[in-house]
Amino acid sequence: MNASPPMPEAIEPGSGVHAFPHRHLTGIEGLQPHEIVYLLDEAEKWIAFNRATTKHDPLLAGLTQINAFFENSTRTLLSFEIAGKRLGMDVVNMAVAQSSVKKGETLLDTTATLNAMRPDVIVIRHDASGAVQLIADKVDCPVLNAGDGRHEHPTQALLDALTIRRRKGRIENLVVAICGDVLHSRVARSNILALTALAAEVRVVAPPTLMPAAVERMGVTPFSDMDAGLDGADVVMMLRVQNERMEGGFVPSTREYHALYGLTRERLSRAAPDALVMHPGPMNRGIEITSDVADDPRVSAITEQVETGVAVRMACLDVLTRGRRGVPGW
Amino acid sequence: MTAKPTAGRVAVRHGRIVDPQAGTITPGDVLMEDGRIAVIGHLSPGTIARCEIVADAKGALIAPGIVDVGAMAIDLAAFTAGGITRAGLMPDQSPPLDEPALVQRAAAAGKPKVWIHPIAAATRGLNGRELAEIGLMKAAGACAVATGRGWIADSRLMHQLLAYAAALDLTVIAHAEDGGLAAGAVATAGETATRLGLPAAPAIAEAMAVARDLMLLEETGARLHFRQLSTRTAFDLVRQAKRRGLKVTCGATPAHLLLSDQAIGPFRTFARLSPPLRSEDDRRAALEAVADGTIDILCSGHDPRGPEAKRLPYADASPGAAGAVTLLPLALGLVRDEIIGLPRLFELISSRPAALLGLPGGKVAVGEEADLILVDPDAPWRIDSDGMPGIAGNTPFDGLPVQGRVLKTIKGGQPLG
Repeated sequence: MNASPPMPEAIEPGSGVHAFPHRHLTGIEGLQPHEIVYLLDEAEKWIAFNRATTKHDPLLAGLTQINAFFENSTRTLLSFEIAGKRLGMDVVNMAVAQSSVKKGETLLDTTATLNAMRPDVIVIRHDASGAVQLIADKVDCPVLNAGDGRHEHPTQALLDALTIRRRKGRIENLVVAICGDVLHSRVARSNILALTALAAEVRVVAPPTLMPAAVERMGVTPFSDMDAGLDGADVVMMLRVQNERMEGGFVPSTREYHALYGLTRERLSRAAPDALVMHPGPMNRGIEITSDVADDPRVSAITEQVETGVAVRMACLDVLTRGRRGVPGW
Repeated sequence: MTAKPTAGRVAVRHGRIVDPQAGTITPGDVLMEDGRIAVIGHLSPGTIARCEIVADAKGALIAPGIVDVGAMAIDLAAFTAGGITRAGLMPDQSPPLDEPALVQRAAAAGKPKVWIHPIAAATRGLNGRELAEIGLMKAAGACAVATGRGWIADSRLMHQLLAYAAALDLTVIAHAEDGGLAAGAVATAGETATRLGLPAAPAIAEAMAVARDLMLLEETGARLHFRQLSTRTAFDLVRQAKRRGLKVTCGATPAHLLLSDQAIGPFRTFARLSPPLRSEDDRRAALEAVADGTIDILCSGHDPRGPEAKRLPYADASPGAAGAVTLLPLALGLVRDEIIGLPRLFELISSRPAALLGLPGGKVAVGEEADLILVDPDAPWRIDSDGMPGIAGNTPFDGLPVQGRVLKTIKGGQPLG
């Protein structure tokens, strides 16, 4: 449970801690639409800041951020590290290859150890769904989920939503098609939750073998025919396909996947004329997306997503540590 | 002239005697002598005076002790607290009960308080590939033979097992979950698993296993018991098979009758069970199957697991729940909800299990073993995971207020505790 601390009388609803009354960010699930919008608005402020020559604000100086990544990651780790450093935090990365996790220590023992070092925020990635929630329940500082198994990747959904909002001016009533390995994708889950909360019309496009059961209960429309799923879409959000899913088990082959579910220029023509193409990266060029689409700045927002990502993570780090920093109203 | 108390003579007075066979509840007294029930009815003051121990039930139920089919651990404290006087022990021990000496040792583990009745492993090391020495294990005291936690994927081997067990007059206890479909799954495919991002298998994995085993059963004429069923389609198959006259029975745990997969909530590993929790529709189907007699047995599925097995990310946690202490109060809820009557409840938890495993017990009749429990069916309490008697308190019902408590367990005519 994300219990909210008591609120001083003078604070108006919608400001201060009422704007985001959660201790952790473990997922988009459980967030109200206005809370998502609040984080997007906060992130917006950091985008211009990040484009300046001097990118340092000592807002969070003196605080310690631990990035505990139990699963390999390059870009997300880098993004969180840069975000923390630009806000003046002391950022420490714990990579699993160098940790006692390899020696058989349990997750909660590792957690207790990290907690005892008195960090002010912990960013966690883990390959098991629910692992971040498990840790969040046991530590004294805010926890930020940087991806847990197939469950959630909330900062990815926030950066995607912000990218869409900046490019399209709105999210409401846009048709967003999320395409690819939806079954194994935490990016898809968090995006479904965020975009439906913000009143987009969300479709999911996947081979039947990579479509989660009862996904329509999450308020989306499933398609197994990509052309039909893309028809008139304002945003085409591609997902990364893991190589291990390709050979036999879920999909017969890479080339068949590309033929049926790859985003080509021709297939993109089914979408709205000004459709935006997104991808959380890293891309498998020539498999789920062709280079001419990915590299076309008129349609592709892929590098912009990376830029937005740093701003979103700065906003989350700022908002989640306000209580500890004694910011008035938090 | 003063009457002398006779050693080993025990009386319980002023109870309400539950007879699952006759389907009756009758006020009265019970006299036990030499470990057996000697008199049921109204005891005279003279008879009472000659008793070593006289207990006043004060209107509590006098019922046959619970016979639990398929406990995963020898957990005497939990069994006694739960009113279990005999427990059929699953072969999934360490090491697995796959040879006569291990069966013999397990059979002696609980005496005199609780009798443990080992169920032999169907295959060596429960590997699902070669038959274990089932005949020798029967001679050593095994009351049935089981596939264990797992399914036997090889249909030919399952065919041989059923044929072989039929000749030995042993009941085969099967786990019903198609191993191919269920491989790697920790939840039932559906909205909950999708939202949580958990590996899931379609619920028909159970019915597919049941369908195959029923066909093999028809072919071999064996006796087959599905330890735990949980889905509508599986219950339908068993219902039809019974109508056709096949010797098939099935069990269920209170968890599958009372909880759907929504109980997993935010990754509650205490709700990780095998088979996994199902949809609300399947849960309702389980209640219907209890009501119409398709489910023969309610069992605890007792599988105590400490924090090292449960305080983990959901998919890494071991499946199973401690169920021995909560079986009776949760099952009494079915009586209060008028799904079943009180005598039928004791048929489900005592007399049918005893008959399935070929054990004494499960009866309140003159000459029978005096395995009795005194139960206050209305006593309110709250299930508390931390304070639960036994090896561990991993229950998905933590915090639930329930009614019904075992006041006293009498094993072989001797009150325990």
